[in-house]
Amino acid sequence: MSIKKYVKLGLSALALSLSFHAMAAEDPIKVGILHSLSGTMAISETALKDTMEMLIEQQNAKGGIDGRQLEAVVVDPASNWPLFAEKARELLEKEKVDVIFGNWTSVSRKSVLPVVEELNGLLFYPVQYEGEESSENVFYTGAAPNQQAIPAVDYLKNELGVERWVLAGTDYVYPRTTNKILETYLKDMGVAEADIMINYTPFGHSDWQSIVSDIKKFGSAGKKTAVVSTINGDANVPFYRELGNQGIASSDIPVVAFSVGEQELAGIDTGPLVGHLAAWNYFMSVDSDANYDFIDAWVEYKGDEKAVTNDPMEAHYIGFNMYVEAVKKAGTTDVDAVKDAIIGVAVPNLTGGYATMMPNHHITKPVLIGEIQDNGQFSVVWETSSTVAGDAWSDFLPGSRDLIADWRAPLKCGNFNVKSGTCGASAGEQALADAD
Amino acid sequence: MGISRWLASPCLKRLGLTVLLALAFIVASPVKADPGQALLADLADASPRQIDAAIEAIVDSGDPRARDWLDAYGNNRLSRNKNTGQVVEVLRNVGRNWTIADPLTGDNLGEISRRELDRVNINNAIRGKLEGVLAMLDLYSDDPEVQENAAEAMMGKVNNSVVNPLNKLLERDLPGPVRNRIEESVAIYQLEQGDSQARVEAIDVLTGSLHSNARAALNNAVAGDDPAAAARAKQALVSIEQKLQMNRVAETLYFGLSLGSVLVLAAIGLAITFGVMGVINMAHGELIMLGAYTTWGMQQLLPGQPGLALILSIPAGFLVAALAGIAIERSVIQHLKGRPLETLLATFGVSLILQQLVRTVISPLNRSVTTPEWMSGSLVINDALSLTLNRMYVIGFALVVFAGLMLIMRKTRLGLEVRAVTQNRAMARSMGIRATRVDILTFGLGSGVAGLAGVALSQITNVGPNLGQNYIIDSFMVVVFGGVGNLWGTLLAGLSLGTINQILEPWAGSVLAKIMVLVLIILFIQKRPKGLFPQKGRAAEG
Repeated sequence: MSIKKYVKLGLSALALSLSFHAMAAEDPIKVGILHSLSGTMAISETALKDTMEMLIEQQNAKGGIDGRQLEAVVVDPASNWPLFAEKARELLEKEKVDVIFGNWTSVSRKSVLPVVEELNGLLFYPVQYEGEESSENVFYTGAAPNQQAIPAVDYLKNELGVERWVLAGTDYVYPRTTNKILETYLKDMGVAEADIMINYTPFGHSDWQSIVSDIKKFGSAGKKTAVVSTINGDANVPFYRELGNQGIASSDIPVVAFSVGEQELAGIDTGPLVGHLAAWNYFMSVDSDANYDFIDAWVEYKGDEKAVTNDPMEAHYIGFNMYVEAVKKAGTTDVDAVKDAIIGVAVPNLTGGYATMMPNHHITKPVLIGEIQDNGQFSVVWETSSTVAGDAWSDFLPGSRDLIADWRAPLKCGNFNVKSGTCGASAGEQALADAD
Repeated sequence: MGISRWLASPCLKRLGLTVLLALAFIVASPVKADPGQALLADLADASPRQIDAAIEAIVDSGDPRARDWLDAYGNNRLSRNKNTGQVVEVLRNVGRNWTIADPLTGDNLGEISRRELDRVNINNAIRGKLEGVLAMLDLYSDDPEVQENAAEAMMGKVNNSVVNPLNKLLERDLPGPVRNRIEESVAIYQLEQGDSQARVEAIDVLTGSLHSNARAALNNAVAGDDPAAAARAKQALVSIEQKLQMNRVAETLYFGLSLGSVLVLAAIGLAITFGVMGVINMAHGELIMLGAYTTWGMQQLLPGQPGLALILSIPAGFLVAALAGIAIERSVIQHLKGRPLETLLATFGVSLILQQLVRTVISPLNRSVTTPEWMSGSLVINDALSLTLNRMYVIGFALVVFAGLMLIMRKTRLGLEVRAVTQNRAMARSMGIRATRVDILTFGLGSGVAGLAGVALSQITNVGPNLGQNYIIDSFMVVVFGGVGNLWGTLLAGLSLGTINQILEPWAGSVLAKIMVLVLIILFIQKRPKGLFPQKGRAAEG
């Protein structure tokens, strides 16, 4: 502890002397990075921390924002959900950061929500999630269900003629909510109850024998069957391996996954998986110059020829550039000014188009369907003709059908009920109430 | 994009042809454009609607290279050079520069930036059709194995264009299994497309079949608008269902056995350190993890030979984990003898240190361990029952490890000394046994076996920093359920917990099944606190 203090003292002394040197230079813009570097989620979140550091480095090389340099403040919440809230408080109160980029799991985001709302911070959240939330202080740069799950189901139904559905997921909030939305959506389209099979497994599940065997049985009823997988993280590897071993080829029963990206495939021999699908808003294999430049920079930054990029990294790329533009537009890093300025800001994404920040704090994204290839990459087989705007409140859940989010004046509400004309509790208050 | 389109335009092709003709005229030698070039260019340019025709044209050309081209296409290996418009085969598609070859001549064209390549599109629907086309080609093969695989792939893919060639093929002399498969696949086609007479015959062919495509077709017939066929199909399904029932029971037992053997492997090392020595070692899971990482390291050392690496990992994994175990015993556990609570906390700390060490030194990401060819796939008993090979090896391995351990404990001097020291330490020492040395060796043995479990687990689950955590609870559960200090108990407990879990799982879901097993164990321990096989005699009090 004391060494840390000395280092900090030394650093601040250094900063002080520097500021004497350049009287005109302003304080740096402090960017908090709230990603787990240890514990279970380190597998996914470490790359995001590195992405942010790379983006900040690049921006500084370009001269920062309006002449002000950026400074990364990295903390490690250690995959510990309550610790996320503490670390967020530390970033905002002690480090006085101007913006936070962070979180992966929904539960960690819910833990941080009350803090960023109370202290009026800014949080950019880069991961696809279950929706049903819009906070004044959070910008959701990952996909909402209508930007990933619904288009994927449409693709399976229209392009592959799927009529029977297995909804398989890990047992927590994101798969449960997504599957609830999908179930309603499928039933609205006229799919019978008997043609939907729902299955949940615990985190890190590794024994898939009987579930895969069940899926096989379910798929032999005569209708084209597909698996819609919200199985999280590394439980996918033994799942796919079991599929391969039990001889389920992608041409018989395709699996479309929402949580399997290039990072996950890096830990697996993809030979038997060729042709299974994933739905994302970005793939590393996307053929665009912006993407190739990003990959080249990333490979160089990591010093690893085999380093992979993935969807949440692109989300941070978009979120970071949006923040930069918003600060330029507002001419200040003042949170309220940036919050107002960022709505409507459009920046290039990595797939060759533009992403725009919507009034509900979600962004526009193209939806891509990719097939797994034998080199651990996806090849894009289908994409939406234009970008899709993220919908905070799903149209396929009874409670949220009538809710909209719009953070522009005069509405300024994250869950405005268009029927009753009232605004509900804020997302942070909601998260606190749910936790009790 | 523009260049490639321009290059591919018919105008240019004609131009190229003229140039070629002119060249031929000048050199006065019979130079001819390779017809394959045009075929591949057509495939690359085809719109989704034209793709079938393009594939058919390649097949109809009768070119001996056709199969290789379609294979490369099906495997996503065909790309177009954006600059020259040439269709190339990608040999190596890793990194920023890819190795390409000329599909016409097979010549290696060297490396090219992946920015210059435009992949020839393929998707699942096309791949499915392509598999049918390739299977049709392979049916004429002389190799019976190729023929059999092709017949298998043909199931459910018969359409108007292949049904006649198939019927003609049936007139030939075919090996039994190939004939049966083709008859079944034609029957599926007849059931879907034929008249009512053909349907009834088709149902008779499919009645004995356990193949999922056959069942799918019969299910469709039941729901179809032909009442006679529907009734007959229903009957056929009932008889199939009876046969399936038996297979399902066998399958569940196999699943149970295989999960059980994984539990036994994970727990058997603990049965020695915890069961026999009485040390609560929370870092046991991380010793398993070390074994798994040894397998990964071995495969890195021997690239291209995953099988050999796996076999060498067995002694290496044992050694690495045993040495790590001994280091833990010497540095932490020996100082906490007889203080179980402190041992628990200290070894828990060790487990966290080991996890983070792997994260920092190697990577927080999971490592990819390749499964050797001879361990992937499954042993097909019949159409409804096939046993996955990797699991079968794990079952065998678990039994061998168990037998080996039993031998050491029962028949060797070390085993005798271990039993003596654990039963009465003071007495054993006064008989001249060096208790400290026995402690080290026993702990090393238990840890080494954990390493072996890691080697086996690397083939069925993820190799990552969290591997150990997933197995530590299960391991303790098995040892306690089996009766502390009894290896037979561990074996029986592991296998029975695995089987119970797999019986409950399809019916209750995996989350609930796990809870039910836990509740079952709690109830059992209430009734018999010492587990399945309680130790008897004086050792029981110690």
